Amino acid sequence: MNHDAYPDNYIRAILNSVKSIAMVGASPVNVRPSYFAFKYLAQRGYDMIPVNPGHVGKELLGKPFVASLSDIGHPIDMVDIFRNSSHILPVVEEALTLDPLPKVIWMQLGARDDVAAAKAESVGIKVVMNRCPKIEYGRLSSEISWMGVNSRTLSSKRPPAPTQGMRLSLNRMSVGGGDTAASDRAAKNKTEQS
Amino acid sequence: MSDRLPGFSTLAVHAGAQPDPTTGARATPIYQTTSFVFNDADHAASLFGLQAFGNIYTRIGNPTNAVLEERVAALEGGTAALAVASGHAAQVVVLQQLMQPGDEFIAARKLYGGSINQFTHAFKSFGWNVVWADPDDIASFERAVTPRTKAIFIESIANPGGSITDIEAISTVARKAGVPLIVDNTLASPYLIRPIDHGADIVVHSLTKFLGGHGNSLGGIIVDAGTFDWSTGGKYPMLSEPRPEYHGIKLQETFGNFAFAIACRVLGLRDLGPALSPFNAFMILTGIETLPLRMQRHCDNAKAVAEFLAGHPAVASVSYAGLPTDKYNRLARKYAPKGAGAVFTFSLKGGYDAGVRLVSKLQLFSHLANVGDTRSLVIHPASTTHSQLDDAAKIKSGAGPDVVRLSIGIEDKEDLIADLEQALGA
Repeated sequence: MNHDAYPDNYIRAILNSVKSIAMVGASPVNVRPSYFAFKYLAQRGYDMIPVNPGHVGKELLGKPFVASLSDIGHPIDMVDIFRNSSHILPVVEEALTLDPLPKVIWMQLGARDDVAAAKAESVGIKVVMNRCPKIEYGRLSSEISWMGVNSRTLSSKRPPAPTQGMRLSLNRMSVGGGDTAASDRAAKNKTEQS
Repeated sequence: MSDRLPGFSTLAVHAGAQPDPTTGARATPIYQTTSFVFNDADHAASLFGLQAFGNIYTRIGNPTNAVLEERVAALEGGTAALAVASGHAAQVVVLQQLMQPGDEFIAARKLYGGSINQFTHAFKSFGWNVVWADPDDIASFERAVTPRTKAIFIESIANPGGSITDIEAISTVARKAGVPLIVDNTLASPYLIRPIDHGADIVVHSLTKFLGGHGNSLGGIIVDAGTFDWSTGGKYPMLSEPRPEYHGIKLQETFGNFAFAIACRVLGLRDLGPALSPFNAFMILTGIETLPLRMQRHCDNAKAVAEFLAGHPAVASVSYAGLPTDKYNRLARKYAPKGAGAVFTFSLKGGYDAGVRLVSKLQLFSHLANVGDTRSLVIHPASTTHSQLDDAAKIKSGAGPDVVRLSIGIEDKEDLIADLEQALGA
């Protein structure tokens, strides 16, 4: 997988297929990006599991925190890692000990570890890096268009009238790539410099 | 559902718009409302905390305006956009995110006269200091860079003379200085030039001109290219630092490559207030649907008129980058191969008096202070748009006393030439 620019179909297939998401580094602080994403994905119907050893015994939006992936005790479809790039590898290594393996490992906006990604991909796990599942869900459904964001999708179909907490269709026509060419180039240059 | 990139004209019609979920309306409805009902207290809190996508109040966002924003972002190849009340408002909102009192920004000397005024006088009262550079001398931008420089501002096609700016060369200076390049793309429109493809980090427009295109609605827009890293060195605290307005959110960390557009919305538009009317957004959206058709006609007409004027015995010179002999023709062929725009200047051998006579004798051209209308327009910049500049600055910005500016419309070119011919006659 080219991790500089994901085809929309790759992201769409992931978001359309996974049901349970363990979020490593989920924060109960309501201005942290992980809290935003956790809440949004839970509202869109994903079974969210907050993973953070510092908050065991507490709940995040009604879901009990667990200390680590191995404490979850049931199969999960996706691991969403809200940690800096330097803390990614141990989380991925732990994910690779799960049985069954997760289908997807997702690293949050700003996080990228190509070595960890290669390890996961070598056992058939799909990897997404430096993206936010909330933003991607909002983009592919075009819900993010409320904020003037370029969803890079088009549709001439009448969508259903939205109701609170409904799953949204992610199957709009894509107009090339997950991001714009210019922003992809900038991200690639930044990766190469670091 | 292949990732096929549709052409510009398809995006001009479709991007951002979809049938209305409630009514099935195919044209984008005008959501003429100040405010939007929340589902419940938690939904309201989520929206105010920037945790959910949705509408609160039209000063912050509106569904009609959002369609316009996404459409222009798509046409420019940006990640997001924010529509505001005018091109001037776009400039204030952009610089508010970048500048602290005492900071500097570098601006090309050749700009719309209103921008020169705004930068020189209004911004000075905010403690934002403009440093002028010459777009024909790239080294002058390099020399102007100081530790307090926060941005570089240029026009892609410069008002009033229609000169073409070497965006790539100036973007190299901006990158080296670690500051964003802001390009005012009003006179080109994304149909002719897409500045982001040439290294711009932020694009601004007066939508009032070619994008709206019909001389009926004011508007402005800010496009985020998603290319600039705001996090380094604490240079741009509006984006990189926890915002007390939002309980400590860091915008770049939360919104990634469209954080600048979000900052403009939630820190700029929300607090400064220059919101675009949804009705104007609708009028401008309708205009954009025909942008590719109109813009090509504007350019083809402008070239024909410029060629006519260049061959007329009463004309001293024509400044139109689309003419092969023009100083900017090389840059026009590189940056704007479909056409060099439709706003340009010429000077008459009879000087100021001949210019005044010409303006008064024209029958089809309207004498007014706007550009980018379906109608052809004429103005004498030295006494109007650029009148607040001193004589030296007028000449430097291409608006000397003998200069007449035209904005060529989409009428039949033969009629425009005939009108100029009769007005230039004795």
